[in-house]
Amino acid sequence: MTESRLHAMPRLIGWRVLKMALMVLAIVVVNFLLIHAAPGDPASAIAGQSGQADAEFMRQLREQFGLDKPLPVQLWIYIERVLTFDLGVSHRLQRPVLTVILERLPATLLLTGSAFLIALSSGIALGVRAARKPGGIADTVIMGVSLFFYATPLFLVGIVLVLVFGVWLNWLPTFGMETVDVPLHGLARVLDVAWHAVLPVVTLAVFYSAVYVRLTRASMLEVSSYPFVKTARAKGATEHRVTWVHVLRNALLPVITLAGIQAGHLIGGSVLVETVFAWPGIGSLAFEALIARDYDLLLGIFLCTSVVVLVFNLLTDLLYLVFDPRVQAL
Amino acid sequence: MSDFTSWWSEETGAQELNGDIRSPASGPSRRALLKAGVAAAAVAPFLMRVDDAIAQGITPKRGGTLTSLLTPEPPVLMIGVNAQGPTLTVVSKIFQPLFTYSPTLDFVPVLAKSWTISDDKKVYTFRLQENVKFHDGQPMTADDVIFSAMKFWMTLSLRARIVFARIEKAEATDPYTVVITLKESYAPFMYGFGGTGFTIVPKHLYDVADLRNNPNNAKPVGTGPFKLVEWQRGSFIRLRRNEDYWKPNQPYLDEIVYRIVPDSQSRAVALQSGQVQLAGGNDIEPFDLPRFQAQSNLSVTLKGWEYYGPLAWIDINKRVKPLDDVRVRRAMSMALDRNFILQKLWFNSGKVATGPMCETTKFYDATVKLPPFDIAAANKLLDEAGHKADGSGIRFTIRHMPLPYGEVWTRLSEYFRASMQKIGINVTMDTTDAGGHTARMAKWDYETSINYIYQVGDANIGLEQYFTSENIRNVAFNNVGGYSNPRVDELLAKSRYATDPAERQKLLSEFQRIAVDDMPYLFLIQMSFPTYTTKRLNNVITTAMGISGDFDDVFLA
Repeated sequence: MTESRLHAMPRLIGWRVLKMALMVLAIVVVNFLLIHAAPGDPASAIAGQSGQADAEFMRQLREQFGLDKPLPVQLWIYIERVLTFDLGVSHRLQRPVLTVILERLPATLLLTGSAFLIALSSGIALGVRAARKPGGIADTVIMGVSLFFYATPLFLVGIVLVLVFGVWLNWLPTFGMETVDVPLHGLARVLDVAWHAVLPVVTLAVFYSAVYVRLTRASMLEVSSYPFVKTARAKGATEHRVTWVHVLRNALLPVITLAGIQAGHLIGGSVLVETVFAWPGIGSLAFEALIARDYDLLLGIFLCTSVVVLVFNLLTDLLYLVFDPRVQAL
Repeated sequence: MSDFTSWWSEETGAQELNGDIRSPASGPSRRALLKAGVAAAAVAPFLMRVDDAIAQGITPKRGGTLTSLLTPEPPVLMIGVNAQGPTLTVVSKIFQPLFTYSPTLDFVPVLAKSWTISDDKKVYTFRLQENVKFHDGQPMTADDVIFSAMKFWMTLSLRARIVFARIEKAEATDPYTVVITLKESYAPFMYGFGGTGFTIVPKHLYDVADLRNNPNNAKPVGTGPFKLVEWQRGSFIRLRRNEDYWKPNQPYLDEIVYRIVPDSQSRAVALQSGQVQLAGGNDIEPFDLPRFQAQSNLSVTLKGWEYYGPLAWIDINKRVKPLDDVRVRRAMSMALDRNFILQKLWFNSGKVATGPMCETTKFYDATVKLPPFDIAAANKLLDEAGHKADGSGIRFTIRHMPLPYGEVWTRLSEYFRASMQKIGINVTMDTTDAGGHTARMAKWDYETSINYIYQVGDANIGLEQYFTSENIRNVAFNNVGGYSNPRVDELLAKSRYATDPAERQKLLSEFQRIAVDDMPYLFLIQMSFPTYTTKRLNNVITTAMGISGDFDDVFLA
């Protein structure tokens, strides 16, 4: 990385952050309008849940939630609040949105973070291995298995894993994040959570791992054919060094792009797995909030997920700078 | 609501009782109770169920944790603030009513040890248990009962408001006697004054202006056998034994843990593998019923829904042509095979409907019958009504909005479409989600849809709002379809105040006959949500409240 590019970085990042802020604002407005375009509102959802309603009760609820004001006014009030980092109160749970989200965030990050790391590391390692000898036994097996997981829907993988390891073999717990019948503490609790995490993490990881395997392998094969690889070999670099330093570093760019996209979905992308395994994360929270028309909570979750997506886009672009000196602008 | 304050603090006048006092816990109802094997005697109500168990050769055993399921997760665990089924399942262990209902809908004493009703059915005198303490150690007295009725429930619950609005005054004649005087006799009163519809909350914690946002809602304090000790949202709810419970040596369980498992197949696995010992309500999909019935370590029962009495029907917007024509509605009803619906969609968890009421609801009339399933007769009726089929066999097209509450309801809508096709009615689906469904019903923005309603023991509480013209309103769970028959209005109004059961039966029988003749709704099935328990678990379903009972006599053998 040259000196001039390093000096330019703070300015580039500053510019990007400003653009991101505007984008977040646009996302807030669009989300707000989309949610209000759906039929029904929190008051009708509450009525639906309790199976009873009267006009006065509905009017009181709407007044309490500020839904009696014109839509542009509601939007303005919401933006004003978001600008002061006040995400409002979930009418359904009667608790601050930020508290609710922060309460659920660790579970989701534990699930998606571990799945992400496992998928990325195993995907790259297996992809490199497969590319070493295209058409060989290892390549055939790895590509066959990855194609299988790539083509199988996520929920099916989850259900099959539950059936095999949870029901038939009875090795692993099939739902929840920890044992609650007997409360555990300290290391025992950490191990218990890890034990419960095996099935959901594996389910989430296999799909992305399969994608990384295929991408890494294709990219490795392409880069291997470049003349500079020949040069490296000619100057006497070991095969190990050629693979892991010369080829892999250049082959990683598309993998980083994809990893950036996946990382952006760390918060919102696991609704299905959280549902199947009763994992108490953000995904299931978002789904309930949608059904209950819990406007503030839903908008809060959308806001958090979109900020995470944008932050990871920025990080991905910064990583390009590190890996590929030819990339100049952000 | 501020004007209630003067009622109970100052006006503690003399007991207003008319000469001839009759106890509802004596006479035929008591025999019925004993026959049903449920606690009945007003003297020692809490010993009966245990004795029953011992008589069956089972000695209640102390200890153990019961792990159960809960679907969906309640938003708040405070009675009154939220009236969803899963909320009631949990809070019914924390808060208790004055009395509850036996499977035959007779009254079983809980916090009231006995009561008397005046002959004109206007004055109700309740004698309270004297050794009851709230979870914070404060004694429960008549003041708490009056506060709960006149302020807490009046403010929070629409269903309670319908009933409690009839109360002229509620007085404490001594700390353990509550006298309720009604403005006029109100026949269904006892069905709105017990069970999960009216539980006692502590006045000293809930006497605040904003009941809905009371900080105490986060840590419910009741008189029940279990206390809330932990709630990890999205994961589980933990209740622990109330060591100072007012019934000696009860409850038997140390803890009840409710696991939140959003996916129905994961719940089925949890039950199958023994990770949970109890499932009910919406936990298990109907199609899983047969395989669990075959599982030897589980018992499955359909009992425990007698009070709620859920009845499913097709809702019809009677403003839409040609659905305003009673002949069309009758033909539609005749084209539906209710036995098919019950057997193939609900796997026999329930009974076919015979009219607007469930068999368990009071004043059900077994002589009222729906027109039989007969496609040919239905076609003939539509021909007579002048709806001739066009070249492709279609008479007319209607829209249908499925009930977005899960798989089985979608299948019911598909069956409805297929059945209507057989009589030349083309049905187009018009789907929406749960929030949208309620909103569109309220706006009358539908042609046909599905609903299921809880009858809560008495037609004048659970059914009236769907049938009388005064309830034609832009509010969901009312008469949104616009049904109006002056005779029905009159019958239901008279039945509200009739003091003589025989007279009420006459009025409500006529109502049931007219409801079947007019067919404002296509009554489908009397539902019952199966309760699944491991065989080690005893006494789960002992009242008409089912899994929403207080569980103080439940034990793991």
